[in-house]
Amino acid sequence: MLEVQGIHAAYGDVRVLRGVTFDVQPAEIMCLLGRNGAGKTTTLKSVMGLLPLGDGCVTLAGENLATLPPHDIPRRGIGYIPQGRRLFPELTVGENIEIGLMTRSMGKETREWVLELFPRLRERLKQTAGTLSGGEQQMLATARALCLRPKVLLLDEPTEGLQPSMIALIRDVILKMKAEGVAIVLVEQRVDAVLQVADRVVFIENGTSVKTATADDLRKDPEILTRYLGV
Amino acid sequence: MLATLEGAVIASVLVLTAMGLSIVFGVMRVVNVAHGEFYMLGAVLAWYVSSVLGVNAVVGFVAALVLAPLLVGLIAAAADRLILKHLKYDPDRTIVATIGLLYIIQQTTLMTFGPDARPVAPPFNQRLALPWFEWGENGLEMFWPWGLSITSYKLFVIAAAAVVLLSLWVLITRTKLGLIMRATQQDSETALAFGIPVGRVYSVVFGLGAGLAALGAVLVVPIQQAHYLMGADPLLLSFIVVIIGGLGSLPGTVVAALLIGMSDGIISVFFSPTLAKIIATFLVAMVLVWRPQGLFGRAVT
Ligand SMILES: Nc1ncnc2c1ncn2[C@@H]1O[C@H](COP(=O)(O)OP(=O)(O)OP(=O)(O)O)[C@@H](O)[C@H]1O
Ligand SMILES: [Mg+2]
Repeated sequence: MLEVQGIHAAYGDVRVLRGVTFDVQPAEIMCLLGRNGAGKTTTLKSVMGLLPLGDGCVTLAGENLATLPPHDIPRRGIGYIPQGRRLFPELTVGENIEIGLMTRSMGKETREWVLELFPRLRERLKQTAGTLSGGEQQMLATARALCLRPKVLLLDEPTEGLQPSMIALIRDVILKMKAEGVAIVLVEQRVDAVLQVADRVVFIENGTSVKTATADDLRKDPEILTRYLGV
Repeated sequence: MLATLEGAVIASVLVLTAMGLSIVFGVMRVVNVAHGEFYMLGAVLAWYVSSVLGVNAVVGFVAALVLAPLLVGLIAAAADRLILKHLKYDPDRTIVATIGLLYIIQQTTLMTFGPDARPVAPPFNQRLALPWFEWGENGLEMFWPWGLSITSYKLFVIAAAAVVLLSLWVLITRTKLGLIMRATQQDSETALAFGIPVGRVYSVVFGLGAGLAALGAVLVVPIQQAHYLMGADPLLLSFIVVIIGGLGSLPGTVVAALLIGMSDGIISVFFSPTLAKIIATFLVAMVLVWRPQGLFGRAVT
């Protein structure tokens, strides 16, 4: 579905990615693991076209995304849940959802579907997003991305700073999307949470993908975790 | 009373011009030093359009009211594509670039249309007498029709500015384009990640800002003549307004424009225009010292 081939990327002169390679298939959860500053967020931004690729390529169902203008990339069906939510803080909940619907011209039906998934948001449609609680903000960021009816979903530390009940809710939604055939890329710090849901794991170190392992590999050989994460 | 009305006319034009500057800064974080030149260009084009089509003052004026802001908006959008986009909207470099743009527009206008001040005939210009009441020897007296007067055109300017402002508010708060503009303003990177063509939004916003300045100028040319150096004053006043109102705050811009425009009118009538400018500049200094984010701005966190 989504294939990332040896990508390099930099912020101005600061080179951050030096060869990241992975792929994710429909109905699969692929986790990116790595220490703080390894380049996980940068990888997702590069996929979204928010950073220019220095080298390598990103293809979605065979189409080279690097040749598209960045605003066309989400329109191909990639939903992005950025690190730190990145809601439009002064827009209302309803307007944030509207932005998500506009991306791929989705209608009322999709709106109803995401509001069914997150009933809390329905009660707060007129509230400005910046005034929501952390958990509600994460629900909204997730809802906004689901408004695209994505084929690929990129989640960057969706459980950061949330309480357990909220983490469970987010995990349920991720599993539900997987069941619907969505290809999912998940960046997560909490290794235990990853092991519960991941099908495959890619380790990123200093901007390079150094190892790919399946969930089975990890269960059989927990040593891998220590080796690449030092935990 | 008369001074208040004169002030309201100045304020109306200033509201539109300052609004343009404020929207551009708010959404794009670009300080457009060439803003006054877009105003000037609006005025000069208004003269040009109305004198080319000028069989009839009304036809000429209406044509100018539509065409001049449209042309100026397109020129500004082109300038955004050709210049600002390539500077990646870097705050410092865009200031330098718009200073360059200022001179390009000014000199091109001078070479094309010459240095003369050009009048535009107002589409209508009846003298309207207003009743004036005063407490005199015989109790309350009414002076009319020889008390106060204003021309119908000046009232039209005030009404037109109010209508434009209202439409702008509807555009920003009630339409899809407005929603896209607000989203881009708040987080352009995330906007891009949700399919908003940020570059195009910037061009539209830059064109809209310049078009608003041009619209203010078209309204003003029947009162003041069009001239290639007329852009400096509105630029200065717009900056004062935007600083006092709070950078990028639209309600703040409206309130500050009314405040500055009215006081400019009133002080100019009773004292001198120079004093009005001194007081406005003093106000800016006070605001910068006591409330750097402006009266309505939010502190940067
Ligand atoms: N806007 C930026 N400009 C310059 N350097 C940046 C920028 N954003 C990130 N970096 C650098 O790029 C490197 C990778 O950052 P990135 O955010 O991708 O890491 P990460 O793996 O997501 O880390 P974390 O787990 O803390 O979120 C870091 O060294 C960081 O300092
Ligand atoms: Mg990160």
